Amino acid sequence: MGQVKSLADLRKIKDDLQGKMSLRENSNNPESLVQVRVAMATCGIASGAKQVMDFFIEEFEKRNIQAVVTQTGCMGYCFAEPTVEITLPGQAPVVYGYVDTRKADDIIEKYIKNGELVEGIIPVNYETIEKNKEER
Amino acid sequence: MKDLSLHILDIAQNSISAKAGTIEVEITENVKSDLYSIVIKDDGIGMTPEFAAKATDPYVTSRTTRKVGLGLPLLKQNAERTGGSLKIESEVGIGTKVTTSFSLSNFDRPPLGDIAGTIVLLAAANLKTRLIYRHITEISTFIFDTNEINEMLDGMPLSDPGIIRFLKEMINENLHEIKIAG
Repeated sequence: MGQVKSLADLRKIKDDLQGKMSLRENSNNPESLVQVRVAMATCGIASGAKQVMDFFIEEFEKRNIQAVVTQTGCMGYCFAEPTVEITLPGQAPVVYGYVDTRKADDIIEKYIKNGELVEGIIPVNYETIEKNKEER
Repeated sequence: MKDLSLHILDIAQNSISAKAGTIEVEITENVKSDLYSIVIKDDGIGMTPEFAAKATDPYVTSRTTRKVGLGLPLLKQNAERTGGSLKIESEVGIGTKVTTSFSLSNFDRPPLGDIAGTIVLLAAANLKTRLIYRHITEISTFIFDTNEINEMLDGMPLSDPGIIRFLKEMINENLHEIKIAG
């Protein structure tokens, strides 16, 4: 094994990446991107939310989809964790429950790429989600 | 929770909910004294002594979306199972410090798990929060500080997938160097 990676290496990586990427400009303007919020409270984490979040981040990069992946708190659907809220640009958020990596794959391929709804939507009142976000 | 890194991810969410500007995670391992301790400290809004005293009660939570709060109770249970303990020190307006100790060699101590992934995920999902992670073994100390990272990145977001991948590798390699117990 070579030398252990350090902060100095980070600078090199950064310069490499900066050349190729346009994402930086877009991330200042998140409304134009797909937004994914993974519920990450105790209930979500215990049900595998971290794995799901890692999956989204990795797959968006592999499949060249520009998206912002963040975390949120418990939305009150502990029974259906891991839950994920997807907001396509210009659309109302949709919450999916029981999301594992297989379901996440489905969501990316069908909903995010083609706007086709996938099974497993938790019917929620949009206002309620907004309210919960404020409470967090 | 399957491992300690998930507990850390969970408890750190409390700090984020408490509007922390800085979160410090410190893991100390000592084979000689058979100690494995995890300290999670923030400068968030803090808790009143009354609330802090009840915080490990599963039927107490600051949330309004549900009536139970299991993060701290589950961690406490895991610590006590190894003969360890969980202590909360908090002051309104100053912040909160949660200290958990385990017996390092105890069979019931959960493994650390994917700490690199946890730390990077926390940092990437909370770009405005400074995250400091220290891991201390008898060999040496590894320190990860998002302030230093951001300085190097010079405006590029830490949440970029390429950066995330690099940071995970960097943490894992450094932890390997200081021979963490796992």
